[in-house]
Amino acid sequence: MSTGTERNDLETQGPELDIPATPELLPKVQGSLPKGTAWGILAASAVVVGGILAATGFSIGLWVFLTVVLFAVATYVISRVVEGPRKATDRLVTVVVGSAFAIAMIPLVSVIWTVISNGVARFDAAFFTNSMRGVVGEGGGAYHAILGTLIITALAALMSIPIGMLTAVYLVEYGKGRLARAITFFVDVMTGIPSIVAGLFAYALFALIVGPGVRMGFAGAVALTVLMIPIVVRSTEEMLKIVPNELREASYALGVPKWKTILKIVIPTTAGGIATGITLAIARVIGETAPLLIAVGITTGVNLNPFDDRMATLPVFAYYSYVAPGIPREPFLDRAWTAALVLMVIVMLLNIIARIISRAFAPKTR
Amino acid sequence: MSKNIEAKDLNIYYGSFRAVEGVNMSIKKKTVTALIGPSGCGKSTFLRSINRMHEVIAGAHVEGRLELDGQDLYGPGMDPVIVRRQIGMVFQRPNPFPTMSIYDNVIAGMRLNNKKAKKAEFDDTVERSLRGANLWNEVKDRLDKPGSGLSGGQQQRLCIARAIAVQPDVLLMDEPCSALDPISTLAIEDLINELKNEYTIVIVTHNMQQAARVSDFTGFFNIEGTGKPGKLVEMDETKTIFSQPKQKATEDYVSGRFG
Repeated sequence: MSTGTERNDLETQGPELDIPATPELLPKVQGSLPKGTAWGILAASAVVVGGILAATGFSIGLWVFLTVVLFAVATYVISRVVEGPRKATDRLVTVVVGSAFAIAMIPLVSVIWTVISNGVARFDAAFFTNSMRGVVGEGGGAYHAILGTLIITALAALMSIPIGMLTAVYLVEYGKGRLARAITFFVDVMTGIPSIVAGLFAYALFALIVGPGVRMGFAGAVALTVLMIPIVVRSTEEMLKIVPNELREASYALGVPKWKTILKIVIPTTAGGIATGITLAIARVIGETAPLLIAVGITTGVNLNPFDDRMATLPVFAYYSYVAPGIPREPFLDRAWTAALVLMVIVMLLNIIARIISRAFAPKTR
Repeated sequence: MSKNIEAKDLNIYYGSFRAVEGVNMSIKKKTVTALIGPSGCGKSTFLRSINRMHEVIAGAHVEGRLELDGQDLYGPGMDPVIVRRQIGMVFQRPNPFPTMSIYDNVIAGMRLNNKKAKKAEFDDTVERSLRGANLWNEVKDRLDKPGSGLSGGQQQRLCIARAIAVQPDVLLMDEPCSALDPISTLAIEDLINELKNEYTIVIVTHNMQQAARVSDFTGFFNIEGTGKPGKLVEMDETKTIFSQPKQKATEDYVSGRFG
């Protein structure tokens, strides 16, 4: 058709339509609040509540709380009048969800802020290079505790990753019937073991083997292993379960034996997820205090042998610096905060590593 | 290489439930045999029992004899892994290994079965198999790219290439075109016609035109009702099945009258 024809004259394909003279039209929205209205209502609520509280006595907690309540009610009412009940409910739920998120963020931000602001004072080279041997006041560091934490956690990971992964492989690929159910049950039970019980178990075990009063890094590693195995089993199990059965069948159909299918097809397909789960399990146990307090104890000097005598670890170091400081107290408290900060940084690094690993292993499509 | 298959009074079970009853069927080498029938009639189950994939499911087992050139595949001392190396399979949904490149997907069977070979030998296998699957020209410049980046039809042909790379005697296809568009389907059907020069092919399909187009022989499976086992009703040359079948049920099914 030539240009300049009206849209209605355009040749369309398909049957001729029979549109009634007075068609039944779909209901339209009643009206809509302009963009940014929500922020306006929020600001107005804040001012109103602030004004009322200024008269009766101001407190920031009450102010925030009442502002959110007023905001939710006002948004609902205004939206219901202008936009109708469905949109109003939508907005109300949005406010509730947003507030829940904000509440969840409060402790997180608060912890990070407190630890950083208090810990940054001693976040210096000396903290990473000095131990506490012979230090009674200022100075000193957590070199011994950082190494202790890394050694003990590495030992725990070394023991729990193979056991945990193999258990998960058994449960998903081989296990059926009573034994598998029993293992699943006990793994669930293990997830709920309080960490102090794990510490007492490790202490008791080594007290039987070596003798009472024993303290060694390896005992701490065993305690952490007890805590870590169920996490590794659970996360690996979930990951193995999401590998589609079609891939296993494709491999079997090529005449590949089962063990090799698991090793070369199933695990690589989900390696990223497994690695993430393991890293998060490590992050979970690296900050454990109670079991290490019992089984490993604390020392002021560097001890790199996990099979002999006490070792320092970051959580226990922070704990002792806080509960049993010297005089003056301040340097000890500063070191405790910095130890907490270092621990947080290590956990954060582990999380970043987990993300990198999972991205590196993820199946690619391009 | 290509071999004949013969099922003798084969009963296939899921646990205690008999899914397929008394199949007697001979499948001639270097032919295409199509299995047709309504859903749930046991044709896929029968297909999966040919390369012993059926028993991967817990509780599934088989009674009777299934012979590959006279040798009972379910006889004592037979290793399902060895059976599967001789009888390849292509599945309904394309399932290339997501962690592997196109190249690695094709030689996955060789590599995972510990076959030691030089790079040149692998290269040859990849080219031969991909050419055999009519995929070579489309992917030869991106062999190192992941197989899951291909289109559905290309992925299915990649799976066929992967299956023929290990040079099986028999190739089983379980509705290989049901997830594909007509053009990809045509490509696969052409491929089946070429492959039958070298392999014995058994294909399960819901598409009767496809069965008529690609197969030399057709077997019709049917089921009397839910909970009853499926049976092989009739098997004959494809043109006989579609023009003058002996059984009423077959005639009803192929002409679209059922129930």
